[in-house]
Amino acid sequence: MIGILFSLASGNAVKINETILNSTKISLEILFQIFPVVALWLGIASIASESGLLEKLSTALTHVLGPLFPDIPRGHISLSYIASNIIANIFGLGSAATPFGLKAMNSLQELNENKKEASRSMITFTTINTSGVTIIPTTIIALRILYGSKSPTITVFATIIATSCSTLAGLFFDYLYRRKYE
Amino acid sequence: MSNYILPLMVLGIVLYGMRKKIDLYDVFIDGSKESFKMAFTIFPNLLAMIVSVNILVDSGFLEFLVHLILPVLKIPIEIISLAIMRPISGNATLALLNTIYTKYGVDSFYGLLSSTIQGCTDTTFYVIALYYGSVGIKNIRYALKTSLLADLVGILSSLGICYLLFS
Repeated sequence: MIGILFSLASGNAVKINETILNSTKISLEILFQIFPVVALWLGIASIASESGLLEKLSTALTHVLGPLFPDIPRGHISLSYIASNIIANIFGLGSAATPFGLKAMNSLQELNENKKEASRSMITFTTINTSGVTIIPTTIIALRILYGSKSPTITVFATIIATSCSTLAGLFFDYLYRRKYE
Repeated sequence: MSNYILPLMVLGIVLYGMRKKIDLYDVFIDGSKESFKMAFTIFPNLLAMIVSVNILVDSGFLEFLVHLILPVLKIPIEIISLAIMRPISGNATLALLNTIYTKYGVDSFYGLLSSTIQGCTDTTFYVIALYYGSVGIKNIRYALKTSLLADLVGILSSLGICYLLFS
């Protein structure tokens, strides 16, 4: 909205025409990019959950996560998906994390009382997710190698510190806003 | 080392499934089928989001914003654009990183700073549109605010830690 008004005011309406048409194409491209990965990982993820591996792996993490998500009943599957999503993100596997994240949202929606409105657990989850819980930023390391860096992993430590700050801050803001809204 | 994580994860999951004697193929196919349902629900939301974000970017509104902030801070325009674009678009930030790496050098202070900023947060708008869109939630309440504030803290702490470590 702001974009359209601004471009009309500054006289780039022609460019915006192009943008609107191009972005529809881009969104289909993005869908095609993530679709095969999601399809593969949902398959793998269902093996992990059927075999009970997911449960076992995430139990350790759920002890930490439990207090952050007080509305999720103990032993509910959504906490395992959240844990798996965080584990995949920690290893910098963004594309592997997405299917787990979507599964987590799906099972959180089952618990949600008002289906049109985000539940507090959903917001806590997306806040943790978007603040980035990276320990190994794989994409950045790969990029730095590509551009001929002498020490591609030098920023890893700085990244861990910065991402911890943002995640903690996210949880803090989540707490503040929750008190304001409820 | 990161190159081994993904294959090892797949191997570990499949081996574990074999040990538990579940029907690997059927379970895989059943899980994979869900992706079609997911794609259909995600696409309209993704479309709406991408179109509106791209309009905002191409309208020049962000550039206008950057020029407003620029005189206050002594940081190159590319870094500020990166910080603003980071939560909005993954492709745009990759393009900006490319500019920064070639213009200032990948191991320069700005190169290191931009790497840290890139690593510490995620494309917030994209994740929120995708995650809430996939379950059909329209009212996201304070979700965007908390995430964007967290991103801001991440970017500011990147700045701080990079000044401490690298300058």
